[in-house]
Amino acid sequence: MSVSRRRFLAAGATAAGAAALAPGLRLVDLATARSPEEAASSLNRWGLLIDADKCADGCRACVDACHTENGVSGHDRPETDPQWIRTVSVSDPQTGHSQQLPVMCQHCEEPPCVDVCPTGASFRRDDGIVLVDKHICIGCRYCMMACPYKARSFIHEQVTDQKPDMPRGKGTVESCTLCVHRVDRGDTQTACAEACAKEGHRAILFGDLNDADSEISRELKAHGGIQLRADLHLNTGVRYRGLS
Amino acid sequence: MFSLRALTLTMVLAGLATTAAGDVPRPEVKAYKGETCVEETGFMRRNHMELILHQRDETMHRGIRTTKHSLKECIECHADPQTRSVLGENGFCQSCHSYAAVSIDCFSCHTPKAREQSAAVEKRP
Amino acid sequence: MAATPAQRYTLIDGRGPAYIGLLAVLGALVLIGLACAYTMEHNGHVITGMSNQVVWGTPHVFAVFLIVAASGALNVASIASVFGRRHYKPLTRLSGLLAIALLVGGLSVLVLDLGRPDRLIVAMTYYNFKSIFAWNIFLYVGFMVVVAVYLWMMFERRMNRFSKPAGLVAFLWRLILTTGTGSIFGFLVARQAYDAAIMAPMFIIMSFAFGLAIFLLVLMSTGRPLGKQLLGRLANLLGVFVASVLYFSLVFHLTNLYATQHHGVERFILLDGGIYTVAFWVGHIIVGGLFPLLLLYVTPRRSPALIALAAILVILGGLAQVYVIIIGGQVYPLDLFPGREVSSSFFDGVVANYTPSLPELGLGVGGFALALAVVAVAVRVLPFLPEDLSDHAVDPNHVPEPAPRAVEAGDTSAA
Repeated sequence: MSVSRRRFLAAGATAAGAAALAPGLRLVDLATARSPEEAASSLNRWGLLIDADKCADGCRACVDACHTENGVSGHDRPETDPQWIRTVSVSDPQTGHSQQLPVMCQHCEEPPCVDVCPTGASFRRDDGIVLVDKHICIGCRYCMMACPYKARSFIHEQVTDQKPDMPRGKGTVESCTLCVHRVDRGDTQTACAEACAKEGHRAILFGDLNDADSEISRELKAHGGIQLRADLHLNTGVRYRGLS
Repeated sequence: MFSLRALTLTMVLAGLATTAAGDVPRPEVKAYKGETCVEETGFMRRNHMELILHQRDETMHRGIRTTKHSLKECIECHADPQTRSVLGENGFCQSCHSYAAVSIDCFSCHTPKAREQSAAVEKRP
Repeated sequence: MAATPAQRYTLIDGRGPAYIGLLAVLGALVLIGLACAYTMEHNGHVITGMSNQVVWGTPHVFAVFLIVAASGALNVASIASVFGRRHYKPLTRLSGLLAIALLVGGLSVLVLDLGRPDRLIVAMTYYNFKSIFAWNIFLYVGFMVVVAVYLWMMFERRMNRFSKPAGLVAFLWRLILTTGTGSIFGFLVARQAYDAAIMAPMFIIMSFAFGLAIFLLVLMSTGRPLGKQLLGRLANLLGVFVASVLYFSLVFHLTNLYATQHHGVERFILLDGGIYTVAFWVGHIIVGGLFPLLLLYVTPRRSPALIALAAILVILGGLAQVYVIIIGGQVYPLDLFPGREVSSSFFDGVVANYTPSLPELGLGVGGFALALAVVAVAVRVLPFLPEDLSDHAVDPNHVPEPAPRAVEAGDTSAA
């Protein structure tokens, strides 16, 4: 029997097992992975905590890791090339204090992109991840007009050699998916957070904001974290610390 | 729209089944891995698009990533080992779709290629 | 009924070289527009001036202008049917036709500029009802239906008595439609240059001016005898609308100037925004506002040529105004970290570059040409135009005070 066939059978068996459980009964702990047939749930709220103090000047590890992970490549045309994550230098003209931090889709609870999308291609998954359904995206770019974080890119030209996990095509809009393919298979790190930790900075922390025991929740509870453009009341899933 | 498409395909495939060789060369319909498909072949011929469409929404909007009807797994089994792709003249998807004159929109975004090494499949948990 | 002479509506003569030449030119422009759209879709938007900073480019300027003008073009009909001004009564058919044609032109540009125009069916089958775009899909399609019904009431003698309620519905619909168009921008909380409720009424008043300007030019180019008094009325109306646009623009910018957080973007548009500052002052204010007012009100002898010139200037100034709103509003950077200076590889904190590309211009002009081609063909096949629009024909008594409710049953269709 071939490997893939064995995997199909295994998946079927798990499905049968899950179906036998009474609704509401969870055998698996929240911290562990969902099984493939289990839908994303509002019991989770995935997010990031970014510590600007730990983000090293000039480091682009998170950016490179994200773009490698998701097959996001450019054509040396900075104005039209996509950027799912970027490092932004922020300085205070009054004090001269300057720092760098990564900015990506903030995975708002009330995302303006989702509000304006005419077809519902921009949507927020139950676990808080904001995505573009490229199957029904018509490329109107209204979401890009509405996003306060400039988080989205329009695919301006033909794409080839996409990653199997990250379909991308000309004429649609895209942005950070919070490595949704990793989240769905139960990984505990996004590509950016992993790369940042590997560099020894640990400036990006990924986790479940709804799980009081997760590292991100404990950190936020102990030391706090702010939202970018908090005045817009979007309740972002990405929080920042060390911005001064 | 779908029923029309299904009708066309059914007619085409009926033609295939009777081996009535017309002027147009018959498409290559090959699987390279596994003994059988996830569903019965006749059913797949008529309904693969429904399955893929259903799975598309389940995966995209609910994060359900079962492998049985996933496009990625279709490609894994049906990609030509030579080109690693389901497209191309003799590619599994393209050959039949050009024969039936039905355009495929999947690969304007999805890669038509199987994963880098087939061995990688073995290692996956 | 007695006060109004029966108007005869006739087809235009389509055999002359002028008409055939016009159709040929418009047809060529439409084809060029289609070729431009195809090139854009084939190569991707990379060949346009648009980027991840300026996501809506010149096609949107044309599309929004045409859509706004479309609802405004219906005004002449509304004035006759809803407000009972019988002098405008003979113009209602052309007014309705122009409204539909301009909307068709604008929507075509909008659709062909999509990243995936092949998915138009998706836009028609998947709806997010919180999206103003989604509302607009209904408003636009509904507008065409409502105006088409309205036209039918006017064309069909037995239905004439319903033309007033139909006109009222169309009038209300066009107000909502332009509110929707303005709200596309007005509801964008993230952008400094937009996010203002005044956007919606400002778009309505812009539509009055742009729509009437185009209507005037189309009317004058039909070659029908045009009474001096009728033309004068329309010209006066245009002047009022142009002045109102200036007023709304003034209030909009004054409000922004009062709020410190908007000083940056206001300074950019009004003072040091380069081409956008020029487009604002020279294009919108002088060419599209003050000059036409001068021509319409101050010149001692207001000839038809001067009125036509004023209308052309209103259109050019209107395009400049929409350009400043759409493009100028986008090139100014988002305020990601209020009060801080930012920079990045993604053009954070800097004014973006945008130069219209040929395909974009071609597509936009193609939309304009399509609208005019629709009008040109329609007046050839259906009796949209009154035979005689001289003052005597419109109103034999030249009574300044129109008798109320005298008009509705008065017109008859030429077979």
